[in-house]
Amino acid sequence: MIRVKINNIDVEIKEGTTILEAAKKVGFNIPTLCHHPDLKPKGSCGICVVEVEGMPTLKRACMTEVVNGWKIHTNTPLVRTTRKTILELILSEHDMDCPTCIKNNKCELQSLATTLGINDLKFKKEGKEKKKIDDSSVAIVRNPNKCILCGRCVQVCEEIQTVNALTVSQRGFDTIITDAFDVGLGNSVCVNCGQCTVFCPVGALYEKSNIDKVWMAINDPDKHVVVQEAPAVRAMLGEEFGMEPGTLVVGKMYAALRRLGFDAVFDTNFTADLTILEEGTEIVTRIKEGGKLPIITSCSPGWVKFMETFFPHLGEYLSTAKSPQQMFGALSKTYYAELKGIPPEKIVSVSIMPCTAKKFECSRPEMKDSGFKDVDYVLTTREIARMMREAGIDLKEMPEESADDPMGQYTGAGTIFGATGGVMEAALRSAYFLVTGRELQDVDILAVRGMEGIKEAEIDIDGLKLKVAVAHGLGNARRLLDKVTEQLQKEGKSEYHAIEIMACPGGCVGGGGQPWGSDMARRARRGETLYKEDKTLPYRRSHENPSIKLVYERYLGKPNSEKAHHLLHTHYYKRSKIDGKVISEH
Amino acid sequence: MYREEILKRYEPSLDNILYILHDLQDNNPQHYISKEDIEVCANFLKVPYSYVHGVVTFYSMFSLEPRGRYIIRLCESPPCHLMGSESLLEYLKKKLNVDIGETTKDGLFTLELTSCLGICGVAPAMMINNEMVGNLTPEKIDAVIEERRNMS
Repeated sequence: MIRVKINNIDVEIKEGTTILEAAKKVGFNIPTLCHHPDLKPKGSCGICVVEVEGMPTLKRACMTEVVNGWKIHTNTPLVRTTRKTILELILSEHDMDCPTCIKNNKCELQSLATTLGINDLKFKKEGKEKKKIDDSSVAIVRNPNKCILCGRCVQVCEEIQTVNALTVSQRGFDTIITDAFDVGLGNSVCVNCGQCTVFCPVGALYEKSNIDKVWMAINDPDKHVVVQEAPAVRAMLGEEFGMEPGTLVVGKMYAALRRLGFDAVFDTNFTADLTILEEGTEIVTRIKEGGKLPIITSCSPGWVKFMETFFPHLGEYLSTAKSPQQMFGALSKTYYAELKGIPPEKIVSVSIMPCTAKKFECSRPEMKDSGFKDVDYVLTTREIARMMREAGIDLKEMPEESADDPMGQYTGAGTIFGATGGVMEAALRSAYFLVTGRELQDVDILAVRGMEGIKEAEIDIDGLKLKVAVAHGLGNARRLLDKVTEQLQKEGKSEYHAIEIMACPGGCVGGGGQPWGSDMARRARRGETLYKEDKTLPYRRSHENPSIKLVYERYLGKPNSEKAHHLLHTHYYKRSKIDGKVISEH
Repeated sequence: MYREEILKRYEPSLDNILYILHDLQDNNPQHYISKEDIEVCANFLKVPYSYVHGVVTFYSMFSLEPRGRYIIRLCESPPCHLMGSESLLEYLKKKLNVDIGETTKDGLFTLELTSCLGICGVAPAMMINNEMVGNLTPEKIDAVIEERRNMS
């Protein structure tokens, strides 16, 4: 322990604590801009400067560790003027069209300007040339005119996701965050995970919106618009309406969607259960018949593109099962259309996702197995919240309603898909049944839950020892798969039978389409919410879902049947590490 | 493949990135860092393409655009400015019929600006490839350019 004085108040703290953390301990908030709790401090903005007695220059609180005996002052005239000047200089380079900005009222720069009491723009840049907005990607838009060069997006892309799509380019006033070769994110290795949009403090990175198209479909009397919502959305949508992080809003969400004008409100959790039956059957078949092992999950579209680009040799290990979103899309225009007697060309299939990569997934050319584009439009959680606010819907005041039949019923196994480890847990619950014909009694498989980067577990299925691993965040995935690749090369097989990978830290509850201003703690709370919901549901194993039994009875036959293969399974490509474009089919 | 020959001369250490890039640029027939150059450099050093791209754009001596055989870098620092570099810039633009950063149609000359070359005693000054030319006048510029034209 060491002792320092902060604003003349004695503090005793652990060695290695930063000034920022130490000050917080005694109740002083030092303003920050580039700092983010989930990233290593880089001190690029300089807003957090403080005075330390005896030091010739100001110190950056976010990255300076306190030294025994230091006398620190966080609120002196010099500190205040310096912070203000730095912010005024940043603002002079920033596009100040706040009311029309996507981040209006949720912008960290805006609120900092309020905190620091900036009422006037001292520095104005005349004749500033607008930089080109990058809208080459189907998922993410990058507006360099809003960018304040804090570097968070580059850090998350490089250090957490190890995709390295974004980089700092040029220097001085010309400095810009861009992709390699400056050809636009849509022509780069970007996997569309959207973590950059979650970490961006301003409106420089955001999802490409489909709101207008969805409004048009809803208002077209000739169209039958169906909607599905991903598991994670029910644990985060409430935050957009001022509810506590991790509030479960499933019934209110259905009610709100119905009031928005969707013709049928279904649930992605239904097809999450379906995914488990398809993927679970695949796992069991591969183990019994000596197929490619480990089998790797395929429901995270950011991960799928990552694999196609950086680990193409693992393509044949991936489950061929489509993601729940795409299974839903295919069924909405076949099974549902036939059942209701609606011509599939009149059905518009919309999905609400915590994810930006889902926008890319639904636009993949092979995702047309229903004969039409299986999922027409993907909206992120943020977009659907915007639509609800625009329509004057307050989620908090909504009644509890249920989803529609026949694609609305789900089990606890479906709902935990939204948290890291959830797909593996759900798959194991059903795999046990598929192998033994008996039900797994204790369905809580705690070893695969939680926020640790890579988790491992061994499950005993009647003497068959199943070793599984779970990774979330692409950096963790890379570490795990480097190990698996080495094992496959050296020994011809891996120690694992099954691996779950989610592109985003925390799984889908930490997706690129989640509410702004999230951190790892918030992601964890949403995950816990899903596990809580799982406990309360009447069915907790996917194969028990009556609607799933029905869809096989009425339509698909049995898991991995020919019809199921046609509609619910897919294939993968090899992609270039330069521009992310398809090189060849697998 | 001349690029492989270049890489053989270096250890695959990030310390060498600038040497490698210079070597690649000097040996590129169009005197710039092409996409292929970034690719081979990044693969050799095992770093992302975006990283090499960032390095190339940071340093003004690297170009991502194809350039002519002779690169003219006119100094725009204050001493040269005081000695009339601005009018020489206009002269060069007119003579070569290019703007700053552009290459002549015959592919011979590219016009660029540079900060101080460290030979303020003979201002105004410019570099043409690796050669310094001081005490510039329009006549001297004519001579230097004609000489290069005749060599080609």
